[in-house]
Amino acid sequence: MVENFRFRDAVLAKRVVKKINKIALKEDNIKICHVCGTHEWTITHFGLRSLLPDNVEVIAGPGCPVCIVPASEIDEAIQLALKGVVITCFGDVLRVPGSKMSLLDAKAEGADIRVVYGIGDAVKMAEKNVDKEFVFFAIGFETTAPSTAIEVMKKPAENLSFLVSHRIIPPAMKLLVEMKDLSLNGFIAPGHVSTIIGVKPYRIFPELYHMPTVVTGFEPLDVLFGVYMILKQLNEGKPRLENEYIRAVREEGNVKARQLMRKVFEVVDSNWRGLGVIPSSAFKLREEYESFDAHLRYCLKAKEGVDIQPGCKCHLIIIGKIKPTECSLFMKACTPQKPVGPCMVSSEGTCHIWAKVSKVA
Amino acid sequence: MAMCLAIPAKVVDVKGDSARVDFGEGVLREVNVALVDVEVGNYVLVHAGYAIEVISEEEAQETLRLWNEILEAAEA
Repeated sequence: MVENFRFRDAVLAKRVVKKINKIALKEDNIKICHVCGTHEWTITHFGLRSLLPDNVEVIAGPGCPVCIVPASEIDEAIQLALKGVVITCFGDVLRVPGSKMSLLDAKAEGADIRVVYGIGDAVKMAEKNVDKEFVFFAIGFETTAPSTAIEVMKKPAENLSFLVSHRIIPPAMKLLVEMKDLSLNGFIAPGHVSTIIGVKPYRIFPELYHMPTVVTGFEPLDVLFGVYMILKQLNEGKPRLENEYIRAVREEGNVKARQLMRKVFEVVDSNWRGLGVIPSSAFKLREEYESFDAHLRYCLKAKEGVDIQPGCKCHLIIIGKIKPTECSLFMKACTPQKPVGPCMVSSEGTCHIWAKVSKVA
Repeated sequence: MAMCLAIPAKVVDVKGDSARVDFGEGVLREVNVALVDVEVGNYVLVHAGYAIEVISEEEAQETLRLWNEILEAAEA
């Protein structure tokens, strides 16, 4: 039964919340950061913040893959689309603002932009329409990158190439922990990124930064347990790396996926919207596969884009420095119907999630 | 679509790198299983049409057992 993987038992939740409240009494203000849009969804959708004591705050880090794609990369996709190339992408990407327009605006101007469920759909479309050029806009963290690696390795049809925009999460977490004014006390590490990369990449956080780090699943009980495990570590004064999500995350991750990613991608520095350049934080196709790199195939040269529109505070939302409700545009000039910044566009964006489940502040 | 979302599904049949799975709605969908070793009857976590890990009901039960153990220790 698929239902056996849902952990939503109210009695158990009450017991954990009781423990959290008891253990938090011994602590000063605690700020725990997660870095996954799906965690933010669980926390907001199930109202978990309202169950936590006043001195325990859970903030959302840069866990929305669509939100951190810089405007310059959206501009490149638009540039290709307007040239007549068919752009295939995830639905969330459509309305993300580029410097001057979004992919949806380009579509309205007649560009052929198609939403796909995954890269597999793009591969099939290209095979069936050999007279057209296709590009798959490969956005996503380590959870999504292996699917791109699989299809690149298979050497797809010649009329398909890739705009690879995959980002790597641990370097962004390192950036957050080094922002001293954020004063983080613990990390909820992203469950499904960890399904792929395993737990080892997070070791530096407890070892180097004394930061309790718990790999956590996405059911409400998972998140509550993750919070409890972090508080327990703080209480004991022994920061360590723990895995709450044992049913989906192995110590070594998915070895096949990691091997494939190593074969296909090299790791490069990259710009994250609102965060700037983060060292060793993105994947790029290796030389062996560069014939599938849309940058090279179409001689794209990225110009600097406009990442943050005037008045937009996505760059502060994305590191959890302010809440959506602290942005003057939130639900006024910026709504899910008419988003100004990327955090309001994507269903994983913090502002979008808060807007959909309003009255959470 | 939520991009790091991965949903459990039961494998109904497997052909090479492709499998038909049931997300619990009775509707069968085709997913790529190149990243995992699966057999019919296994449960997989599916992300954007690709199975990223095999999960087991035993491990899910083990999670519940561990949680109860942690809570009981804390309540003692």
